[in-house]
Amino acid sequence: MYKTAIRGKLIDGEKSLSQISHEILAPIDAKTPKWWYVAMGISLAMLALGVKSIYITLTQGIGTWGVNSTVAWGWEIINFVWWIGIGHAGTAFSIFLLILRQKWRTAINRAAEAMTVVAVFCAALFPLMHMGRPWLFFYIFPYPNTRGPLWVNFNSPLFWDFMAISAYLLISASFWYFGMVPDFATIRDTTKSKIKKAVYGFFAFGWVGSSREWLRYEGLAFVLGGIAAVLVVSVHSIVSTDFAVSIEPGWHTTLFPPYFVVGAIFSGFAMVLTLVTLMKKLYKMGDFITENHVDAVCRILVFISLIMGTAYITEIFIAWYSGSEYEMYTFFKNRITGEYAIQFWGMFIFNALLPQLFWSRKVRRNLWVVFVISLFINLGMWFERFNIVVTSLSKNYLPASWAEYHPTFVEIGFFIGTLGMFSAGVLLFFRYIPQIAIAEVKMISKYNTQQSDHLKPGHHDYE
Amino acid sequence: MKTYWRSIEELSNPKELRREEVREEAKQKSMLMRGDNELNAASRRDFLKTFGFGIAAASIVASCKRPVDKAIPYLVKPDEINPGTANYYASSYFEGNEYGSIIVKVRDGRPIKIEGNELSSISQGGTSARIQASVLNLYDDARFKGPSKMGEEITWEKADDEIISQLGKIKALGGKVVLLSSTVISPTTKEIIRKFAEKQTNTEWIQYDPVSASGILLANLNSFGTFVPDSQAAIIPDYRFNKAKVVVSFGADFLGSWLSTVEYTKGYTATRQLQNGRNEMLRHYQFESGLTLTGSNADIRFPIKPSEEGAIVLALYNAVAKVKGGQVLSGAQSSVDITELAKDLLENEKQSIVISGSNDVNVQLLINGINQMLGNYGQTIGLENPLMTKQGIDQHTDRLLADLKAGKVKGLLVWNANPVYDHPKGKEFAEAIKKTDLCVSFSERPDETTALCHFVLPESNFLESWNDLEPKAGIYSLSQPVIAPIFNSRQPQATLLKWIGAENNYRDYLKNFWKENQFPKQKNTTDFRQFWNTALQNGVFETVQESKLVYSPEGLSQAASLIKPSVAGLEVAIYESVGIGNGKFANNPWLQELPDPVAKISWDNFAAVPVIYAAENGLKNEDVILVNGLELPVFVQPGQAKDTISVALGYGRKIAGKVGDNTGSNLYPFVGIENGTRQYFLTSAKIKKVPGKIFELAISQTHNSMEGRPIVRETTLDEYIKNPVSGNEMKAENESKSVTLYEAPVYNGHHWGMAVDLNSCTGCGNCAIACQAENNIQVIGKEQVRNRRIMHWIRIDRYYSENPENPKVSFQPVMCQHCGNAPCENVCPVAATPHSEEGLNQMAYNRCVGTKYCVNNCPYKVRRFNWFQYVKNDKFDFASNSDLGRMVLNPDVTVRSRGVVEKCSMCVQRIQEKKQLAKLEGRAIADGEIKTACSQSCPGNAIVFGDLEDPESRISKLFKDQRNYHLLEELHTLPSVAYLTKVRNTNA
Repeated sequence: MYKTAIRGKLIDGEKSLSQISHEILAPIDAKTPKWWYVAMGISLAMLALGVKSIYITLTQGIGTWGVNSTVAWGWEIINFVWWIGIGHAGTAFSIFLLILRQKWRTAINRAAEAMTVVAVFCAALFPLMHMGRPWLFFYIFPYPNTRGPLWVNFNSPLFWDFMAISAYLLISASFWYFGMVPDFATIRDTTKSKIKKAVYGFFAFGWVGSSREWLRYEGLAFVLGGIAAVLVVSVHSIVSTDFAVSIEPGWHTTLFPPYFVVGAIFSGFAMVLTLVTLMKKLYKMGDFITENHVDAVCRILVFISLIMGTAYITEIFIAWYSGSEYEMYTFFKNRITGEYAIQFWGMFIFNALLPQLFWSRKVRRNLWVVFVISLFINLGMWFERFNIVVTSLSKNYLPASWAEYHPTFVEIGFFIGTLGMFSAGVLLFFRYIPQIAIAEVKMISKYNTQQSDHLKPGHHDYE
Repeated sequence: MKTYWRSIEELSNPKELRREEVREEAKQKSMLMRGDNELNAASRRDFLKTFGFGIAAASIVASCKRPVDKAIPYLVKPDEINPGTANYYASSYFEGNEYGSIIVKVRDGRPIKIEGNELSSISQGGTSARIQASVLNLYDDARFKGPSKMGEEITWEKADDEIISQLGKIKALGGKVVLLSSTVISPTTKEIIRKFAEKQTNTEWIQYDPVSASGILLANLNSFGTFVPDSQAAIIPDYRFNKAKVVVSFGADFLGSWLSTVEYTKGYTATRQLQNGRNEMLRHYQFESGLTLTGSNADIRFPIKPSEEGAIVLALYNAVAKVKGGQVLSGAQSSVDITELAKDLLENEKQSIVISGSNDVNVQLLINGINQMLGNYGQTIGLENPLMTKQGIDQHTDRLLADLKAGKVKGLLVWNANPVYDHPKGKEFAEAIKKTDLCVSFSERPDETTALCHFVLPESNFLESWNDLEPKAGIYSLSQPVIAPIFNSRQPQATLLKWIGAENNYRDYLKNFWKENQFPKQKNTTDFRQFWNTALQNGVFETVQESKLVYSPEGLSQAASLIKPSVAGLEVAIYESVGIGNGKFANNPWLQELPDPVAKISWDNFAAVPVIYAAENGLKNEDVILVNGLELPVFVQPGQAKDTISVALGYGRKIAGKVGDNTGSNLYPFVGIENGTRQYFLTSAKIKKVPGKIFELAISQTHNSMEGRPIVRETTLDEYIKNPVSGNEMKAENESKSVTLYEAPVYNGHHWGMAVDLNSCTGCGNCAIACQAENNIQVIGKEQVRNRRIMHWIRIDRYYSENPENPKVSFQPVMCQHCGNAPCENVCPVAATPHSEEGLNQMAYNRCVGTKYCVNNCPYKVRRFNWFQYVKNDKFDFASNSDLGRMVLNPDVTVRSRGVVEKCSMCVQRIQEKKQLAKLEGRAIADGEIKTACSQSCPGNAIVFGDLEDPESRISKLFKDQRNYHLLEELHTLPSVAYLTKVRNTNA
């Protein structure tokens, strides 16, 4: 049982259930603020740049990127892994905290899950576009065909990867959507606009809030949660096999699956932190997302950051311990020192050292510092993927083939495009979907007050 | 300001009036839009118009079908042509002073590939990159499409009539006519030229070679006289590297560009083979300025300034003379101690070769003196079959220029020569040519000289022509057309025959000439038809002859006194590049893209700068320097001699075609003239850095050190004799550590393998072009090569070791290793690269979706990705953007589209062809029957292909050789390609 006296209030202010509904739904009912249009405009402009880059890639070829015969994977794979990592957080957040009975998650999990879905969509674009012949992407499906039948190569990590991401996207999107059904019903019942009534009514699936429905709802949440819990671990483990199965120095390592999963949760939580600080400030959700929430996420980040640091040092140790000159070269001459040292140290400082500031309560309670550090962690995680993808490939076995890699404006534009797509998705979420799971928050409101009559099932306090 | 008003209303209420106006305007507009107006209603006429337009547009759009290409079968099939099977014809190549006896592969009437002819004693089945690439010249869009006069089309008849009458006028006035050609080695052509000169009195025939051998020709003329008593022709002796034990070369790049490279490479590598129990090797000393292909193969290399060479040769002469009792000559002092070298030469008397690439007669005279004292003539240097491929004497061209300037020459016929571009005084030539009354060019393609000629009578490509050649005295070969002339071209021989009023069928003339001249030289047959057919089929006809040449030491002491001491200051050495040669084929994209064997730069020439000089002057790659006023990109070249800069010839063409125009800079104007011969270096050069300027170079290998990894394994001859495993000790260690959970691959039938002897590979690049021609590999252009995306399936890695000022160089051809345990295969999600039952790692292009994981996971980095659509794309306007250029494509090999991965297939189409043949004939495939494109024409015999399942095959024996190792064998990829360690003979 959650001890308010020890852990602090979960919701600030003495709110009635009806107040909770009103305050959370306020952004949907209110007039769209001006900054939203500005932000949306910028996001769409970024997205347009991305669309242009994709157009160039599709019409001319991957030659418009900076990749070459030595470094055949570049920003696209870096960004793919980065987005997938971010896309990890929502589900991880919901599932793990659900299992650990961390009730404070309810204020954040909706936003985290929304972020997951958008991020996984962004991520999925990269492997598709980075195919030489994306119009033949369906070759990767194991479907019966008239060519033999010719099956896919079940040994290939890229095939596993494709399956893992598709499954993850399906499950996390379903989990997110079914979690929203009661809230959609709330909007349907409270709104005065006919259009909103129709649209939200459609998505609300005829929800009336009966006990039977709540029972089924809880059951579904547990089943999906159970599947998602496995996928959270599997999806990034499998992404890591894209590298670990190869023979490249710096890729060929058994550390990768746990290292990637933890790294993904790390970057995802950092992105959650970025988003909730924005929600707190922009939508004045401070009463629901309290300082205690931010504090809790920060504490988790300190812990994960220590794991990251351990992983980095383990990698370096094993490179030395293996006695393989190729591994040694990759780590000591091309990461710690050499032309890619900036990226390595950027990764190490931002991921392993900077989050240690969260040991200090003062830092944890300063929203601006938290916001900035969360951005740096996201940058650091991007550097980590750069380190893995580019440094290993650029200088591997035969020095005659060593080559450098520099991204072109098409690749950069593509990445900016997905950033725009992500922020546009998040803005739509802010605007049209309850940012906080109303039904779930109401469940925990009893920890604040003892208004037991409000807790009677089926009792609705709002008009 | 005053207020003006239009009406009372405006004065009283201007706002209301404005509002009224706007309202009225909007009303009118909306009426127009709605079509309320009676006049705007659609009439039946409008309906019909719209309807008609709609139907027409729809039908046009619907009928936009892709054009249908029709393949029409033969109504009456020629006997020798079977669709789908290739025909092979023997022929000969002689362009740019390079000779090669060749076999041309013809598919459905199109020559598509050139192979070496093993029956020739000169090229011995080998070719060079230029010979391999020459088939593409046939399909060059830049070629002249027909005869023209001042740029206007003209018929052959009219052109002939006009020129004959002009020549008649010149003859009547006693004017001089000059035929300026590159060296002609065709006996029949020489006969025709002689006849033409007889008819057109006052005609002079001048042979002109852009990279001249005047020095060696004149020196030999001095030392030996002429070979054919009544001719002026000087000789270049016949160097037999296969008989030599010590070779000393002063700046002669005999493996890369000097005289007869294929022949020399064959001989040179034969004496460096260590198979079949041989344990002796030729030792090679090289003195040179830039690091040439030859120098990078040398056992002992001395980087020197070009001006130091003469004194060193003199010192060597004196050192040998002292021991052999010859006359010691006084002259300039040597800067290099040559005692050890002289000792080595004297220990190997009659078994050594001393050569110089200098064009200075005096140096060459001393070289002859050294060879004479060492007793090399008649042993390693033959005089029976001297080389004829360079005959141009520099003074003749200089005299021509003077005569042209003086207006003495009224008619100039230019054949296969381009002095405006490649003569040091090209600009003066350009001016002087304008003074002629008649200037006729026989050029096949536009060039700087042809642009100034009145008439252009294009000659046919050598693959469309009949000819006979005599590359070495007494050694003949034939060229036969393998395709009808594509354009309206005519052989100049036929043109000259026409002008002298003879029957202008050159083939008949040639046949007759052979009946009269060559047929009597043999006793095998008495039937000329049989003789002719055999010669044509073999491509070569070789006779044995004797030499009566006697050495005379005349002029030696004078030569010694004329040797200049070296001078201080920077010097520029000018050399002929291995790919582009003298610049004649600058429009050949295959050659432009072939990386320089040593610098690994394509598409440009560059100033190779010594490492120390670069460090002292803050120069780095791609900086720009001014060399005597000419801007050149810098390339820091290890091994470049102190105080020297090397720059290649053959670049900077202005009128060559879409590919060759303006690539690099023209260095011919830098060639000096000294004592009447052209001198390929420049003393006291002035170098200035152009601050802040960058010139991008297409460098395809940027890291030069092996980083201590056992990639090229090497040893010395001494160590090798003691222990044949030396240098390869880690192989046993790696094999002892080899552990696997999986069953070893089992091969039922064949297991194709390849072995590369690193001791025989000179790094010349022939294999890369042979592979490009065979496997339809696309040219991607400078920018993409710079982006490290070169498509070559076989690349030659070059590593430096030890001292950067004079490094040891190693070459290693790397192609797909066809691993038994291939890392690329298991990572492909769509199974596009499976393993064959015969050990080949295959690519199914149709299945490939282009994830590029295989490219990443290949430790050898031999997989190539089609980053763009390289065929039929205006952005890649090289060979494959026109129907003509695409005629060179091999129909047996898929042309890859954008987005798929490709790589070496071990010429699977050739394997399949021979397997089918063997099956039809009901026999097993013989060892050596299948040859990949790279192994067939390798001038070093470095690449061997065969069946590893056959224990008696050559490849199986090489795999058991103690020098045999696999690249990165510690990765347990189990390659089907093996390398044999490199052995250096450095223990002087």
